[in-house]
Amino acid sequence: MKRLHLFIGSAALLGLVLFMSGCPSSGNLLDTRDAAMKTYVAPGEHDEFYAFMSGGYSGQVSVFGIPSGRLFKVIPVFSQDPESGYGYYEESKALLNTSYGFIPWDDSHHPHLSQTDGMADGRWLFINGNNTPRIARIDLKSFKTVEILELPNTGGNHGSSFVTQNTEYVIGATRFSIPYEIDREVPISSYKDNFKGALTFIKVDPKTGNMTLDFQLVVPPYNYDLARAGKGKSADWYFFTTYNTEQAHTLLEINSSRNDRDYIAAVNWVKAAEYVRQGKGRRVPANYHHNTYDPATSLVNSKIQKDVWILEPKDAPGVMYFLPTPKSPHGVDVDPSGELLVAGGKLATVIPVHSFSKMLTAIENKEFDGEMNGIPIIKYESTMIGEVENPGLGPLHTEFDGKGFAYTSVYISSEVVKWSLETFKVVDRIDAYYSIGHLMIPGGDTRRPFGKYMIALNKTPKDRYLPVGPKQNHPAQLYDISGDKMQLLLDFPTIGEPHYAQGIRADLIAPNSMKIYPLETNGHPHAIKSVNESRVVREGNIVRVYMGMIRSNFRPDNIEGIRLGDTVYFHITNLEQEWDVLHGFAIKGATNGEVLLSPGQTKTFKWEPTRTGIFPFYCTAFCSALHQEMQGYVRVSPRGSNTPITFGTGTR
Amino acid sequence: MKRPTLPLLILLIAACGGQPETQQTTSQKPAIDLTPFQLEHGIGPVTSNPELPPISPELVAKGAAIFEMKCVSCHVMDERFVGPDLRDVTERRSAAFIQNMILNPSDMIRKHPEGKKLLADFMTPMPYQNVTEEDARALLEYLRSVAPKP
Repeated sequence: MKRLHLFIGSAALLGLVLFMSGCPSSGNLLDTRDAAMKTYVAPGEHDEFYAFMSGGYSGQVSVFGIPSGRLFKVIPVFSQDPESGYGYYEESKALLNTSYGFIPWDDSHHPHLSQTDGMADGRWLFINGNNTPRIARIDLKSFKTVEILELPNTGGNHGSSFVTQNTEYVIGATRFSIPYEIDREVPISSYKDNFKGALTFIKVDPKTGNMTLDFQLVVPPYNYDLARAGKGKSADWYFFTTYNTEQAHTLLEINSSRNDRDYIAAVNWVKAAEYVRQGKGRRVPANYHHNTYDPATSLVNSKIQKDVWILEPKDAPGVMYFLPTPKSPHGVDVDPSGELLVAGGKLATVIPVHSFSKMLTAIENKEFDGEMNGIPIIKYESTMIGEVENPGLGPLHTEFDGKGFAYTSVYISSEVVKWSLETFKVVDRIDAYYSIGHLMIPGGDTRRPFGKYMIALNKTPKDRYLPVGPKQNHPAQLYDISGDKMQLLLDFPTIGEPHYAQGIRADLIAPNSMKIYPLETNGHPHAIKSVNESRVVREGNIVRVYMGMIRSNFRPDNIEGIRLGDTVYFHITNLEQEWDVLHGFAIKGATNGEVLLSPGQTKTFKWEPTRTGIFPFYCTAFCSALHQEMQGYVRVSPRGSNTPITFGTGTR
Repeated sequence: MKRPTLPLLILLIAACGGQPETQQTTSQKPAIDLTPFQLEHGIGPVTSNPELPPISPELVAKGAAIFEMKCVSCHVMDERFVGPDLRDVTERRSAAFIQNMILNPSDMIRKHPEGKKLLADFMTPMPYQNVTEEDARALLEYLRSVAPKP
């Protein structure tokens, strides 16, 4: 029967199933309807939810429709994208600048939508870069990456990029602890003495979304794995999971799995920010990039920051506490009321649930069990409110349906367990194919989840699809969670390795989606606003081609006077003003690919010809019936030749 | 998401050899009958064709600037280019027709007999260039100003 469910996601195949199984009576027509009907979005109709999935080792974000599982777009974020030219054309390169230079790739893990009053508001999507620690912001009007901030003192920004309930802050958290001093090298065996952790608090401008690194909290050298901001009553707090409280620096598989309990770190970010405003802490040297796209000019401003404000918990009483929790926890998730903190212990035999109110009481009564670097450790029994028994092997992450239930992904036994937030008893469980990591319910991390669908983000499909060699794309699975029992509806492949995902009602984003970049507001310094402004200008060895594109020609399309040794900048403007009419530009032998332009956009393509000759260029995006006619030639003459600059299209 | 009752049922019935009564899908809308006004003055937001006042130089200047940014790629005076020569367009078409063609080209080239003819002749569909009704009125004024003097 599960096999059958696999296939019935598509209406065409449903017909095939019916054909093969004989024509239905009205009775079994109803039987076969369920899963297909629940995921079928008729041609021309729209999905109910957007799902934004991280790309993991692709470094990008992909956008799917739910319940259809249709892929709408891959948004380039941390990795170069030859398809669009992102990271290749001049303006976009600066987004990928870091203190280590230009970096063409990263590992994107946890997308998080901006929130207002604890609900996703559809304005921006934040996502962390894990390897060279960064946070990116995607604008959800243009579906474009508009800002990337590098995080200093961080080695693997994994516990990121979760926002507070009104997007006051977005968080960074180091997975690897490292020495704080810039480029300091020490014996690795001096880990306990020289290594430190960093939790990074990034302020978000409520109007523009622009990020500013406000301060870092210096914490013991554990691995900070995941984070969540509180909500409602716990909205002033961030919670982080730690593992490797053993402070091992080698063979962590064994050495960081010795302690029966690690910690949830609870941080009162409001209080911490107050201390910083009062001047507590100090400014230390740092070196990190902050790259911001300016929508007025389409240019990216890449700024190097030279210091960062740090605060130590011992100087900031009341800011940070440790809550012991079993054992190498992965996710820490906060229920819709803000009261329950659910830790997924990768190696734990239960799912521990902590109470925020009990935590406050324990802090007030000083129910502590020692301290670490001035951070009080609260007694386990003091915050514990329940332990979910028999959760399967390897519980990881929890989302909520807003109807009193939690759903926890369980990796080793590859299942989702549904349990009651009142009784802490498992009420249902269902298999995930195979090896589930995160799971996502649209709004399932907010104050009011849309408890209709749940998506499992799995690590391997094995035999679920037609095989495509030794490496298969990661699968997602869609479940109906509207009833008492979870029901599998659909399998679909994804891009890269989605770690976490976010889901949001389509009507919170779709009406704001931009259709064009208006030419009137194109402030790019090299834009042309009319084909009559197209021209070629020589400035020493630099030649600037101010080029326009319109169906179906380039202005200019015949260019002469380029010489070997020249650097040619094609400043290209797509003069179309109609939704989704793209033009692309590619020229023979160019080592940086092509560039795609949306209507009204200006981008710069750099070309350094290495051979003389005639170089054809053409539009790479099928734009019109005469697309194949949209082409041109550049003549490249020898170094020192006196071929004059000439250019034109037709007789103009 | 709407419940996919009809198309899916049609698919199922078709798979079983039944004869569906209707074949209508969401993408095939029935042809619209054009009104006499639309036949003469085009389909779009401009629904009357009053007598025009004398040419306003301010409006001509505004229209010329918009024409330079958004139209000149395809329309060149006294020449058949990507699109038709517009020198005498105000003599060939009504004011309302011209504005509707500017404001609603996608319907004009798909539903209006004159628009369909233009598409078949020039092959490149005229795009909507993100202009307002005021912009279209200014463009009309510019086109009036360049027309041959009687």
